[in-house]
Amino acid sequence: MMHNHENAPHLHEQHFNTPVQDYAPEVKQLVLEYTLQLADTSFILGHRLSEWCGHGPVLEQDMALSNIALDLIGETRSLYQYAAELEGKGRTEDDMAYLRDTVEYKNPLLVEQPNGDFGDTIMRQFIFDSFHFFFLKELQNSTDHRLAAIAEKSLKESSYHIKWSSEWVIRLGDGTEESRKRIEKAIDNLWPFSGELFMMTATEKKLLEHGVIPDYSQIKNSWDAHVAKVFQEATLAVPQNVWMQSGGKEGRHTEHLGFVLTELQYLQRTYPGLEW
Amino acid sequence: MEEVEVNLEAQFEEKVAKDIRIEPKDWMPDAYRKTLIRQISQHAHSEIVGMLPEGNWITRAPSLKRKAILLAKVQDEAGHGLYLYSAAETLGASRDQMIADLHSGKAKYSSIFNYPTLSWADIGAIGWLVDGAAIMNQVPLCRTSYGPYARAMVRVCKEESFHQRQGFEIMMTLCNGAPEQKKMAQEAFNRWWWPTLMMFGPKDEESPNTEQSMRWRIKRFTNDELRQRFVDMMVPQAEFLGLTVPDKDLTWNEAKNGYDYGQIDWDEFWSVVKGNGPCNKQRIQTRVKADQEGAWVREAALAHAEKRAQREQQKVA
Repeated sequence: MMHNHENAPHLHEQHFNTPVQDYAPEVKQLVLEYTLQLADTSFILGHRLSEWCGHGPVLEQDMALSNIALDLIGETRSLYQYAAELEGKGRTEDDMAYLRDTVEYKNPLLVEQPNGDFGDTIMRQFIFDSFHFFFLKELQNSTDHRLAAIAEKSLKESSYHIKWSSEWVIRLGDGTEESRKRIEKAIDNLWPFSGELFMMTATEKKLLEHGVIPDYSQIKNSWDAHVAKVFQEATLAVPQNVWMQSGGKEGRHTEHLGFVLTELQYLQRTYPGLEW
Repeated sequence: MEEVEVNLEAQFEEKVAKDIRIEPKDWMPDAYRKTLIRQISQHAHSEIVGMLPEGNWITRAPSLKRKAILLAKVQDEAGHGLYLYSAAETLGASRDQMIADLHSGKAKYSSIFNYPTLSWADIGAIGWLVDGAAIMNQVPLCRTSYGPYARAMVRVCKEESFHQRQGFEIMMTLCNGAPEQKKMAQEAFNRWWWPTLMMFGPKDEESPNTEQSMRWRIKRFTNDELRQRFVDMMVPQAEFLGLTVPDKDLTWNEAKNGYDYGQIDWDEFWSVVKGNGPCNKQRIQTRVKADQEGAWVREAALAHAEKRAQREQQKVA
């Protein structure tokens, strides 16, 4: 699906127009891989949240879920656009999203987990937001100007997301007996996917050396402190000694992702090369 | 006592005649209140049920931009539902009761949402035709006699015109695209054209509420007047897109400066209104399911708020 930009500028409005920095080829490749990983993460979670639209527990929360989905899809577009520029082969944001297969996607396993009930969705969001917020705060200082600019824009949105999901964890934990059971079950379902957020892949370790990305161990400290504070208010216990699943950031996914991609890539795969 | 009542009614009629808005605390005839609650809640329900056929394509939208636009559009509809439920609440209706009436089948919503969305072109056709018809119906409502309804409609109409543009734009992209895309567009147009004409409601002579609603200035135009305007507006747009209107009787009538169009299948209309459309059951089941599965969430939020309030009180004491 190589789009002709001149004929369809409306399909590809650029979010940022600062030029790509002058990187050595091997560093550029690392930044590209990493940018795709970040884009995949926002995209798959945004997609999952968009599945709620029209089915939320109450109108106001239906709208809140769509809002967060829209923020994440906006962040996704900025990142895929940047990845396409870094790659420099004429691919577009949509080529990145719609024409890469499961093993090429590098999102952590957490974000591809199904919506489950509202408790599962809240816990998945809370685990992610508590990472995303502190991560973006640090990424603003990246030596990569574009990633820093995208982080700055997304941080404003993320500060709303973390507030929303934290408040819901508190409501559900300290709500009714049923809501407590459900949120505890959600913790049980999703905690094993929290650790991967902080495990550094080989790509990430190298980018840390280049000052492109922050040290995740510091973000983990902020994450721990935030989680502890919210769980305490929610009267919930932070799980200890949980076996952590990983592999998503290196393309080894759970079985869910294949179905997500099948659905979202359906039109592009059925009618290759067309403009929509 | 009776004299006071008569005076109030006369004052009300006078205000309406002078186009002075009726506000929630003003006296109004019971029948006016009932008519408005029925109409506004039906309108709110249409927004909420209307999220489903389009929401059906959010996860399959063909580009990131289309996905974001569609999600934002369906979210707008939730927002419209919210404004409208709030407007109905100013008349003494409760949101819970209105929703219960939707779920029990007592309250109606626009029949158009009982048709399925089968291809991506349906998303274009809905935006272009269905939102186009909705705007035709809704713009006059910005001047309706009841203040909160009129103000809600001003906000709704602003967003609807954006929705219609995006629908037309999807259709234009498809019609200028590959042959299979143009075929998709025509096929969707064929399915949505007639149900859209039905959105304006029964023929004037069979619309029992029209006369009173016109007199109260809730409605400003009759169903047939609006339907005619819609046909006259859409035919040239279809021609521009290169689509064929699926009506062999469609002809330009110089004398009336408008199109004559074929016979609407009113049996189909009444059948869908009575619950026999292709998706009536699924739409309501989906709404009921979301409501039931969300019950524990709403209860938890309430319970937590009560606990908080209690703790605050203990702190003060």
